[in-house]
Amino acid sequence: MKLRRTSTAVAAAAVLALTATACGGGSDSGSNGDKINVGIKFDQPGLGLKTPDGKYAGFDVDVARYVAKELGYAEDKIDFKQAPSAERENLIKNGDVKFVVASYSINDKRKKEVDFAGPYFLAHQDLLVRADDSSITKVEDLNSKKLCSVTGSTSAQNVKDKLAPKADLQQLGGYSECLTGLENKRVDALTTDDSILAGYASQKEHAGKFKLAGLRMSDEKYGIGVKKGDDELRGKINKALEKMVSDGTWEKLVKQHFGPSGYKYEAAPKVEN
Amino acid sequence: MTSVLYDTPGPRAKRRNVLYTIVFLAVMAVAAWWVLSALADKNQLAADKWTPFVTDSQVWTTYLLPGLTETLKAAALSILIALPLGALLGIGRLSDHRWVRVPVGAVVEFFRAIPVLLLMMFAAALYREFTTVSSDFRPLYAVVTGLVLYNASVIAEVVRAGVLSLPRGQGDASEALGMRKGQTMLYVLLPQAVTVMLPALVSQLVVIVKDTALGGALLGFEELLSQNRQITANYGANTIATFTVIALIFIVINAILTALAGRLEKRLRQGKKTAAVVIPAQAGAADAVKKAVSDA
Amino acid sequence: MFDFLDSGQYDLLGAFWVTAKLALYSAIGSLIWGTALVAMRVSPVPLMRAFGTAYVNIVRNTPLTVVIVACSLGLDQTLGVTLGGSDFKDIGFRLAVLGLTAYTGTFVCEALRSGINTVPPGQAEAARALGLSFTQVLTLIVLPQAFRAVVTPLANVLIALTKNTTVAAAISAAEAAFLMKEMIENEADALFAVFAVFAFGFMVLTLPTGLILGWAAKRLAVKR
Repeated sequence: MKLRRTSTAVAAAAVLALTATACGGGSDSGSNGDKINVGIKFDQPGLGLKTPDGKYAGFDVDVARYVAKELGYAEDKIDFKQAPSAERENLIKNGDVKFVVASYSINDKRKKEVDFAGPYFLAHQDLLVRADDSSITKVEDLNSKKLCSVTGSTSAQNVKDKLAPKADLQQLGGYSECLTGLENKRVDALTTDDSILAGYASQKEHAGKFKLAGLRMSDEKYGIGVKKGDDELRGKINKALEKMVSDGTWEKLVKQHFGPSGYKYEAAPKVEN
Repeated sequence: MTSVLYDTPGPRAKRRNVLYTIVFLAVMAVAAWWVLSALADKNQLAADKWTPFVTDSQVWTTYLLPGLTETLKAAALSILIALPLGALLGIGRLSDHRWVRVPVGAVVEFFRAIPVLLLMMFAAALYREFTTVSSDFRPLYAVVTGLVLYNASVIAEVVRAGVLSLPRGQGDASEALGMRKGQTMLYVLLPQAVTVMLPALVSQLVVIVKDTALGGALLGFEELLSQNRQITANYGANTIATFTVIALIFIVINAILTALAGRLEKRLRQGKKTAAVVIPAQAGAADAVKKAVSDA
Repeated sequence: MFDFLDSGQYDLLGAFWVTAKLALYSAIGSLIWGTALVAMRVSPVPLMRAFGTAYVNIVRNTPLTVVIVACSLGLDQTLGVTLGGSDFKDIGFRLAVLGLTAYTGTFVCEALRSGINTVPPGQAEAARALGLSFTQVLTLIVLPQAFRAVVTPLANVLIALTKNTTVAAAISAAEAAFLMKEMIENEADALFAVFAVFAFGFMVLTLPTGLILGWAAKRLAVKR
């Protein structure tokens, strides 16, 4: 009978819908069983990148691996989670991840919501320009230039508020889109932390196309974000970071990830307790 | 139908049409040449920007296919939840009781008036602040919630229009047979309305599939479109190539859904004839279909 | 609860003004473009018909986000099309209007096409018998009646367009969704209030459109 069939179908759909909503509840431990969840970037070459083979590579990733190892988690016990800039505090606060290593600069606003271990790296806001462009030598030059940065980023805010309020600033969804504009000469410079820029500049596809201007327009101390008040974990991570510097791993990793771009990185910053 | 708008072309009209064709072709060729030469000039057609999508299967297995899975998952969940909810709301709006009809109508109009992106953003913040849903599922939940709220209210309108389009005699007859209101709706009106509505519902699926892409940019939902960030970060900022490929995937999927809707409509129309059911007033249903199609 | 409104930190009216302008310009643009598309789809020139069909099927099936990003990435960043805008803010707005027009035009076209189908064939036949050309048949006889038949679907398209302007946030046109995201991040404790304000804002924009056009639909309907 036709209408019986229709009502069966409707009922089936309803049941499916209910089971769909019911499944997949959340855990809020930040570590599931003997595994540990760590937040990194998935789309920043040199720092945190999901590579085509499904693995993760970059300086932040290796720092995260080192710290996790010191905390007692072998490499195969780490679950990397994507931590987009706007989501980092939420991931930590909700306990979705144990800690975040994602080009995460320490500042007072963020300190209100999370605690930071480290710093483990000192970066500066800088510019990426075309290799044959030498017209930008100081910050004031920017006021007559076309700049590009990522929507809502600290770097974009810095340019608007302090560095070059008169510059024509384009804000796009991702760095790659800015790079397309830079490559096509629609913008004159891409601005963000020099560590991120160095990652792009040292990719083989971009070899010889771009260079860093080396302006050092701000200090960005990268820290490892942990839950507010978790001093035990923070202390452990700080110890791991100190050990990483003293046993030469830090130097090795920095050379490995930033070396090819000719990026003049700063010496390892002192861990603040 | 279209041929009714113009006479069968005679010799002069034929010549004129050929001329128009040539002019139009020339304009399109110039536009295409301009775009392609600009792309080539800016090195955007360089082989290494496009070949990964052909030669490197990992682009598909690591980024595109998992992204597509997320997109389809969100779309499927949304339609499965929105369908019964929308049917309920639609029936509620047809209720004889004022205290059901009015609030349901308000809910439907409210969610139809608000951009689905805002609904998603609100849902994401809600889950973040007040629930313990893990970060793995939160964006998916937010996207599905936004899509369900919006599409359920759209479907409610489709259902209402579908039921209203049925001849009054259907309801009167079942009443005369002694069926209760619920029975009339469930056994007589809804099954007939469903056949009228099906094409509109399938084209609503196209809207849902497209709207999942809203969750990528602002919410961090790892759907198909958002994969462009990771792909372009790995293959030297080949943004144009990546967006083109992703757009093509969307177009193919939605074209399949649209074709499905078309075939469904045809089959249902044929079914009508053989069943010899006389439905005089189809204007309302046609309106409902049109409305849902245009309600992008 | 609503004290963030008085802080002067957020330019709420400014953001909704941008939304309204985006919607208005794109509405005008897409009505024109949609009419042109439908003219192509019913024209006697096969190539134009093919183009119209292909364009509608491709663009309608593409997510709006992709269309908008394509405008920014393809037209601006690569082809250098600025539409006469002076700085990126201006260019972003103009490109958003262009993208919304290109996208919404397909829905206007489809609505009009079903409107043309409601015009009795006798109308066009009579016009042809009088010796009117295709352009005259279309612009003087068929389209005026088609428009009046599809005021309601067109109203829905325009309301959808108003809501779709939020997608322009993807290329950082400073409209309402962009501001809402910022406010949700900064005013997490006033989440419901923030949402209520924006929901109200959009209802102020969309509900009157629906009511006015609904009234117009009744008045304009062709009596047969």
